[in-house]
Amino acid sequence: MTWTTLTALLSHWRRNKVQFFALISGLALATALWSGVQAINAEARASYDAAAATLGEGQFDQLVPRAGDRIDQSTYIALRRTGWQVSPVLEGRLSTDDGPVRIVGLDPLTAPGGIAPVGMQEDATLDDFLTRGVVFVAPDMTGALEGAVSQRVIADPSVAPGVALTDIGVAQQLLDAEGQLSRLIVARVQPMGLPDIATVAPGLVRQPAQDAGADRLTDSFHLNLTAFGLLSFAVGIFIVHGTISLAFEQRRGMVRTLRALGVPLITLIWLMIVELVIFALVAGGIGVALGYVIAAVLLPNVAATLQGLYGATVAGTLQLRPEWWLSGMAIAVVGTGLAASGALWKIAQMPLLSSGRPRAWAVASGVTAWRLGAIAGVLFGAGAGIAIWGQGLTLGFALLACLLIGAALMLPLVLRGAVTLADRMAHSAVWQWFWADTRQQVPGMSLALMALLLATAANVGVSTMVSSFRVTFVDFLDQRLAPELFIRIEDAAQSPDLEAYLIANAREVLPLLSVETDIAGVPSDLFGVRVGPTYRENWLFLAETPDVWDRVAEGEAVVVSEQLARRAGLWTGDPVTIAPDLTLPIAAIVADYGNPLGQALISERLFRDLFPEIVPLSFGVRTDDPAALRTRLTNDYGLPETAITDQSRIKAFSIAVFERTFTVTGALNVLTLAVAAFAILMSLLTLASIRVPQLAPAWALGLTRRTLGQLELLRALVLALVTTVLAIPLGLLLAWVLLSYVNVEAFGWKLPMYLFPSHYALLTLFALLAAALAALWPAIRLARTPPSDLLKVFANDR
Amino acid sequence: MIVRALLLMLWLPVQAAAQGFAGLGTDAEGFAVPTPNPAFDFPQDHGAHPEYRIEWWYLTANLTGPDGTLYGVQWTLFRSALAPETREGWSDPQVWFAHAAVTTPDRHLVAERIARGGIGQAGVTVDPFDAWIDDWQMAGPSFDNVTLTARGDAFAYDLGLQAKGPLVFHGEDGFSVKSAQGQASYYYSQPYYEVAGTLTLPQGDVPVTGTAWLDREWSSQPLAETQSGWDWFSLSFETGEKLMGFLLREDDGGAFTSATWIAPDGTTTAYPDGAFAAQPLDWHEVAGREVPTTWEVQLPDKGVDVTVTALNPDAWMALSIPYWEGPVIVEGSHEGRGYLEMTGYE
Amino acid sequence: MVLNVQDVTKSFPGAEGDVPVLRGVSLMMERGETLALTGESGSGKSTLLHLIGGLDTVDSGTIHVGGHDITVMRDTERAALRRSDVGVIFQQFNLIPSLTVEANIAFQARLSGTFDAEHAARLSAALGLNDHVSKYPEALSGGQQQRVAIARTLCARPGLVLADEPTGNLDEATASEVLDQMLALVHETGAALLMVTHSQTVARRMGRHVHLSQGHVV
Repeated sequence: MTWTTLTALLSHWRRNKVQFFALISGLALATALWSGVQAINAEARASYDAAAATLGEGQFDQLVPRAGDRIDQSTYIALRRTGWQVSPVLEGRLSTDDGPVRIVGLDPLTAPGGIAPVGMQEDATLDDFLTRGVVFVAPDMTGALEGAVSQRVIADPSVAPGVALTDIGVAQQLLDAEGQLSRLIVARVQPMGLPDIATVAPGLVRQPAQDAGADRLTDSFHLNLTAFGLLSFAVGIFIVHGTISLAFEQRRGMVRTLRALGVPLITLIWLMIVELVIFALVAGGIGVALGYVIAAVLLPNVAATLQGLYGATVAGTLQLRPEWWLSGMAIAVVGTGLAASGALWKIAQMPLLSSGRPRAWAVASGVTAWRLGAIAGVLFGAGAGIAIWGQGLTLGFALLACLLIGAALMLPLVLRGAVTLADRMAHSAVWQWFWADTRQQVPGMSLALMALLLATAANVGVSTMVSSFRVTFVDFLDQRLAPELFIRIEDAAQSPDLEAYLIANAREVLPLLSVETDIAGVPSDLFGVRVGPTYRENWLFLAETPDVWDRVAEGEAVVVSEQLARRAGLWTGDPVTIAPDLTLPIAAIVADYGNPLGQALISERLFRDLFPEIVPLSFGVRTDDPAALRTRLTNDYGLPETAITDQSRIKAFSIAVFERTFTVTGALNVLTLAVAAFAILMSLLTLASIRVPQLAPAWALGLTRRTLGQLELLRALVLALVTTVLAIPLGLLLAWVLLSYVNVEAFGWKLPMYLFPSHYALLTLFALLAAALAALWPAIRLARTPPSDLLKVFANDR
Repeated sequence: MIVRALLLMLWLPVQAAAQGFAGLGTDAEGFAVPTPNPAFDFPQDHGAHPEYRIEWWYLTANLTGPDGTLYGVQWTLFRSALAPETREGWSDPQVWFAHAAVTTPDRHLVAERIARGGIGQAGVTVDPFDAWIDDWQMAGPSFDNVTLTARGDAFAYDLGLQAKGPLVFHGEDGFSVKSAQGQASYYYSQPYYEVAGTLTLPQGDVPVTGTAWLDREWSSQPLAETQSGWDWFSLSFETGEKLMGFLLREDDGGAFTSATWIAPDGTTTAYPDGAFAAQPLDWHEVAGREVPTTWEVQLPDKGVDVTVTALNPDAWMALSIPYWEGPVIVEGSHEGRGYLEMTGYE
Repeated sequence: MVLNVQDVTKSFPGAEGDVPVLRGVSLMMERGETLALTGESGSGKSTLLHLIGGLDTVDSGTIHVGGHDITVMRDTERAALRRSDVGVIFQQFNLIPSLTVEANIAFQARLSGTFDAEHAARLSAALGLNDHVSKYPEALSGGQQQRVAIARTLCARPGLVLADEPTGNLDEATASEVLDQMLALVHETGAALLMVTHSQTVARRMGRHVHLSQGHVV
C-alpha cells in the first residue's frame, strides 16, 4: 500500500514537471541566497582570523627592540629563563623571481594557542616542521617560493597572502639571520612573581596588544552582511512557503481521492513528510552548491574589500566549510518544515468530503487582514518602544525584527486599502470590475508580495547603509590620510633632526604627538597637533562651534572624538579636563570610526608644555611629489623603506576597493529580487488554476482574452508598485536602525545616513520589472486559454 | 589547543597506527634499545641519553605543612627525541617538556612547559647537575643535593633536597622489563631525598618538610603495542621500607606487573610479572572520565596488603597529555604515604 | 448479508442549530443485489452513501458492512475497509490525474493487495478502454473517465459497490451505455451495488428501489 500510494504521490511531479522544477528551484534558490551570504561571511571571517592569527597581530602584547629591528636570541633565552612566557618571531623579506615574499618564522612549541594555525596535514608532521624544514605559503606564492628555497613548500590557503610561514630556525637560515629575532609574542597568562621585563631585557619595549580598530571596522562590515543574511533568510522562508503551499493546493484533489480509496490519513501525512524531506535535502544540496558558486564569484571582491579597507587579509580561495553546508541544508529542511507544517495541518484537518479543488493560500480575507494589521500595529508599537527606551545589541535586532515582521503583516491591509481607494475612484464598469477582482486576488498574492516587500526593503536598506558607509569612509580617509607620506621612527633621538630635514623638504610637516591618558574617565589618546592648512581644510566635524581650529591653535579649546564624547556624556561647549590643571571647552566633535579609545586634540604648544618629555616619533608630510621625497628620505637621509608609508596610494586603493563593494551588494540585490520574483511567479501560477472560473464571466460579458491577459499583468504591476512604494520607507527605516542604533550598540559610533533617491527609483523599477517578468507567463497563458475551457466553467456549473 | 595537537603529533611521529598511551607503544626505528646487564656510569647517566627516544627526570614529594596539612609536589622533565641525535640551534631534534604540580587536600594546581633543545632553553648537565626548562630547575652542586623550583600562574615552589640513601635499581640491575614480549627501559630511582622548602599557594607561602622520590628512566619503546596505559605506585612505609610497583594494562583486560621492594638500607628485591597485584576499589569521576582513586595493593611475598587512597581524587593533570598524578595515603598491613600515577584513562 | 443499516441518524450544523438529514434510516442488502437510492436534493441520499462508505461518521445507529460494524471502527480501520470491501464510484470520477488509465485501473487493487492483471485486462476490454490504457485521464471523455473509475473499483473485487450518481455527468446515450456495462460487470463479480440517483430511468434498471424523503425511507 505504501509503495502504491507513494507512486501516486510522486506521479504528480512527473506529470507536472514545471511545478516540480518550481518547487525544487524555489527551495534551492532560497537556500542558495542564504548559504551564499553565509559563505561569504564565514569565509571572510575565517580568513581574517587566520591572517590575524598567522601574524599574531593584535591579539597579544609584543616585545620589540627599542632601537634597530633585531633582537638577539640570547635575550629571548634570558627572558624564558626568568619565567617569561614569550615566543620568538623572525620576519623578513626574501627575494624570489616573482617579487619579495614575507618570511615569518615561528616557534610552534612556545607560540601561544591559536597563533600558528597552519594545518599539519598528514604529509607534514611537526617532526618535519621542526627538523626538516617545511614552508607553508599561500597557494599563489607556491611557485615563486619553490624556486627560492630548498625546503619543502606546501600550499596552505589559511596562510595570509604574500606570507610564507616556517619554523623560526628555517627562517633564520633563509633570512641569513642566525641567532636573530624580530619580536617576541607575550602570552596572555604569565606565571606568578616574574621580574620586570626592563631589568631582564632593557633593550625591548612592550607594545600592547593592538587596538581592535581594524577588527571593529571589519566587524561592522560583517554585521551588515549578517543582517543581509537574516533578511535573505526571511525572503527565503516566504518563497519556500509559497512553493510548498502551491504543491499542496494542487494535490488536494488527489489526497481526497486517495483517502476515499482507502489510504489512511496518517499514512498519507507520513509519506508526504518523507517526500518533502527528500525534496528539501535534494534542493538544499543544490542550493548550497549554488550558494558556493555565488560566493565564489563574489568572494574575490569581498576579499579585496576587507583587505584594502582594513588591512585584513582574506585568502582568495573559497573552502567548503561544514558550518555553512550544514546551515544551508538545515535552512532547506527547517524552512520546508515551517512552510509545510501549515499545509500538512490543513490536509490533516481537511474533511474527506470537502471540495478537492485547489484554492490559493489565502492569508488575508478581510477579517484576517485586519487581524494581521492589528498584530503589525502591536509590533510597530513594541519597535517604537525599543527605539526610544531600549538599549543593547539584542534589542537592536529585536527592533529590526519588529519592523520587518510588522511591515510584512501590515501589507495585506495596506494593499486592500489601496485597492479599495482605487475602486472608489474608478468610473467605468471595466475598471470597477478590475479593482474588485484585484481585491479578491490580494489574499492569494499576499505571501509573494510580502517576500517582494522584504526583498526590496532589504535592498534599499543595505544599499543605503553601504553607500552611507562609503561616503563617510571617503571623508574619513580624506581627513586622516591627507598627508601624502607618513613616517614613523623608533629612535627618539633622531626626531628633531628628521623634523628639521622634513621642514626643509616638504610643504607642511605634521608631527604626531600623543600620550595615553584618561579623559573624563575614558581611556583616550591625547594628541598635540600643529594646526595648519591640512587640519583646517580636511577635517569635518559631527558637531562644531565657530572658529574651531583658531581656538584650538590658541590653546583655548579641544576637539574630541565621538567615542569620548558619547562615553563621557559630553558635547560641544562642555568643559573637559585634559590634565590635572587644564580644563578646556569642547570646540568640536570628530568621527573616529573603529577606535575603541577616546581621542582628544589640543595644540602642539599646549601639549609640549604638558608633556615636555614626549618627542614626536611619527610625522605626516604634505608634499606635491611623494615619490621624490620618499626617494630622498631613503637614499639621502637614510630612513629604512619600512619607516615610510605612502598614504596617497593607500587612500586611492581603499576608495577603489569600496567601489567593488558595490558590485557585491549589487549582485546580492539582483539575487534577492530574483527570489522575490520567483515567489510572485509561483503565486500567480497557483492563482491561475482558479482564475478561469473567475474570469469566465468577464470574458462572457465581452472582454477579450487579450485584454484579460493585459489586465492580469497590470494587476501584478499595481500590487508590486504599492508593495515597493511601501518597501522604500521600510528599507530606510531598516538602514536607520542599522546605522544609528545597531552600530552604536555594537561599536559605540554612529554612521551618518545619506539618502540616494535615484538609486531607490532604480530599485523600484527593478522590482516592477521583476514582478512584470513573473506575471508575464501566467498572463500569456491566460490570453491563450482556449474558449472551450472558459465555456466549461458554465457547463460544469451545477 | 594547538599545543595539544602539536604534542600529540610529537608523540606520534611515525606511524598512523599509534598504540598505547601517548604513543609509547611504538617501534624504535633508528633509536637505541635498552639491553640487559646495563653498566651505569655516574654522574654521566644522570644526564640525557639523546640516542633513546624518551627519557624523564620524574620527581614526586610527599610534604607536610606546619599545621599537619599534607601536600604533594610533582616536578617532571621529559625529553622526547624526534631523531636519535643532537644538533646545535633550532634544528635540534630533542624536544623537552615539563610538568609541575602542587596537590593539597582540596586543590590541584598544574603547569607545563615545552621547549627545544639546542638553544639553551632546556636541557640537562651533569657536573654540576642541572636539569632545567625555562625557569624551572632541578639544580645543585650534585645529584644528591639539589634545589627544585617551578611555577605556574597560581603556584610556585622552592625546595631543597638532600639524598639520605643510595640509588635504587629496578628490574635486573636497572634493566626494567615492561612486557612479556621483552620491551624494557633503563630505570633507577633516588627514593631517599629529604625535603625542606616553601610552597607558594594562592593563599600565601607555606613552609613544608617531607620526602621525595626521583625516578630516572629512559627507553625507546617501553610499552608493547597491546598495552594501553599504566598504574604506577611509589609507596614509602613507616617502617622505612619502600615499594615501587606498576601495572601495565593490556587492551584485552589483562595486565603486566612488576615491583621492587626496597629495604630500609636500600637493598632491593625485584619481582617478575604476577608477584605484585593492584585492584581498583573505588572510581572517581574527574575531567569527564572515571579514574580509580582507591586501590588495594598487594605484594604477598612481603605480607603487603594495603589500601591506597588518593589525598585528592581530583589530581588530574589537565595538560597537553592528560593523566592522573597525585599523593596517596597508605593504610592496612603497612602504613605510609606515596604517589600514584595513572595513564591511559580516556 | 453484505450491508445492514439500522436506525442511522445524521445531522449537519446549520445557521440555526443542527439540521437533521437522516432521521433513523434502516436498509439491508444481500450479496448480488442491486439497489437504487432516490430522493430529491437534500433528502440525505448522498449522506447515507458516504456513511456506508465510511467517508463520514453516524450520529447514532449502526452500519454493518460484510458483517463488520463500521460505526465503531477507527479511521484507519475504515480506510482498510474502503480499500478491500467497499468500492466507491463518484459522480466526478475522481481519477488520479497524474497516473495513466492503466495505473488508475490497477490502483485500488494494488492498494488492497489484490491486483490481478488478467482481471484488470478483462475489465478494461469489457469497458472498451483497451485503446486508452496508456493515456492520461485528461485526454479521455467524461464517459471514458467514468468507465475507468468503474474498472478501478471492480478491479479490487469489493463485496459492495457504492455509486454516487455515476452517470450524472454524462449525456443520456453515454449514460445508458455505461450503466449497462456497469450492471453487467457488477453482476459478473457478484458484488452488491448501491446506487444513488435522481433518475427514475436509472432506478428502474436496478433490482430494488428505496426512496428517501425528509430523512426517512419511504
